[in-house]
Amino acid sequence: MKDRLTDELTAMRAAKELAPGDYCNLGIGVPLLCVSYIPEGVMIQSENGVIGYGPVYENDELDLIDPDMIDAGMRYFRPLPGMAFFDQLTSFCMIRSGRLISILGGLQVSEKGDVAIHATSEENKTPRIGGSMDLAWGARRLIIAMTHNAKDGSPKVVRNLTMPVTAAACVDLIVTDIAVIKVTDSGLLLQEFAPGWTPEEIINQTEASLIIASDLKEMEF
Amino acid sequence: MINKVSTAAEAVAKIRDGDLVIANFWGPGSPAHLWRALLDHGAKDLTLCINNYVPKADVLREKGTPDPSLILAQTKKIMAAFTSIRAEEVSPIAEVINKRLQEGSLEFESMSHGNLVERLYAAALRLGGIYSPIGVGTVIEEGKEKRVINGVEYLFQEPIRPDVGLISAAKADRLGNLVYHGTARASNPIIAMASRYVIAEVFEIVDPGELDPDHIVTPGIFVDRVVRIPDDDPVGRERRREWIMASIKFREEQNAKAEAARRGDA
Repeated sequence: MKDRLTDELTAMRAAKELAPGDYCNLGIGVPLLCVSYIPEGVMIQSENGVIGYGPVYENDELDLIDPDMIDAGMRYFRPLPGMAFFDQLTSFCMIRSGRLISILGGLQVSEKGDVAIHATSEENKTPRIGGSMDLAWGARRLIIAMTHNAKDGSPKVVRNLTMPVTAAACVDLIVTDIAVIKVTDSGLLLQEFAPGWTPEEIINQTEASLIIASDLKEMEF
Repeated sequence: MINKVSTAAEAVAKIRDGDLVIANFWGPGSPAHLWRALLDHGAKDLTLCINNYVPKADVLREKGTPDPSLILAQTKKIMAAFTSIRAEEVSPIAEVINKRLQEGSLEFESMSHGNLVERLYAAALRLGGIYSPIGVGTVIEEGKEKRVINGVEYLFQEPIRPDVGLISAAKADRLGNLVYHGTARASNPIIAMASRYVIAEVFEIVDPGELDPDHIVTPGIFVDRVVRIPDDDPVGRERRREWIMASIKFREEQNAKAEAARRGDA
């Protein structure tokens, strides 16, 4: 089987989408890993009630943690100058304001930019929506960072969602472990491939049709 | 003289069978001390409005910390905005919920986290309901009125007006004025404004005047009872760190297991 990007590298590529001055919310999973690669001057928001926080503590630094400073992924973070705390009503006003870029994980993305983020299973019969609907709907720009294929190998970039929709026609960019795909009005545009991958191989791993960008290039990190 | 200071047992005594109770369920800002008082109180057929799972119940019990998931035994309905944590993380509360759903002994209403806060906001302002853009075309839509306003589709959402709000803050005075610390503010301020009867647990009670009026987030008018967590309680100031460390260690072990399983699959 061909090598795919690790979660860390996928996160590193997704983080390149951010520029100083951006406000950004990172979803649980691969997106949270972006926090280590975010350019200086980007303010990270966490829906439990903080914006502008610093890197999370490593395991050998746990005696430094403040038990009341935690992100939505339940990780303890360093305070940073300029950081602000707020309640969750304020937090969701922020999330729906159109001022934040959201980088979220995904289970499926469709040609139209519909995204499935929450799903139910035998083990979890209750939909775990969390803040995903608000974050997807309210984002200035929605980036989905995920694996290109599910554990069973099935494509996650599809013509139409077969999983419950979290938000319709919201996705702007898909960053996977083999490709970067832009959602456009005329369809999905394959812009970048992971090192060692050809466009044909990526198309074979994708159910939706892909248009190959005229400036298609290898991913950079 | 207004004095809202009370013990946890006195404060929860007013809770009745069948009440709608809201609180942050877990993590900073969750009223762990009051959850235990509610368990001891034994009110039945509660409707619980919560926003997350308890991922580490075993660790909590081991450390003598109250495990809020036990409250499910006293619950007939859950209104929840659970987080989309990774699929492989199945928490003990999820197992209990699944079992009760199968038996048909539990009602479950799912919503987005934003739906939860907007519905509390509607209750706090005593609105008749709100039209929300979140959840159109999704599972949320089921059974809700849809309306187009200026070309945009909205769903009608009813207010959530809890009978009881259990909240947590850093400091209070006897008047019930509250200040918070860090992300422990969570949804506590909006819970306080939306609920009929509000109990706040705090780590410290100071004299009126000691809290800077500029820094008070929840004015005392919204708070009915203030309960101080004893320092030597498992969730009190002195011992709190102990079980947080144990929880982190437990989580690391779980993550390592999940990662090993994932590698095995690949």
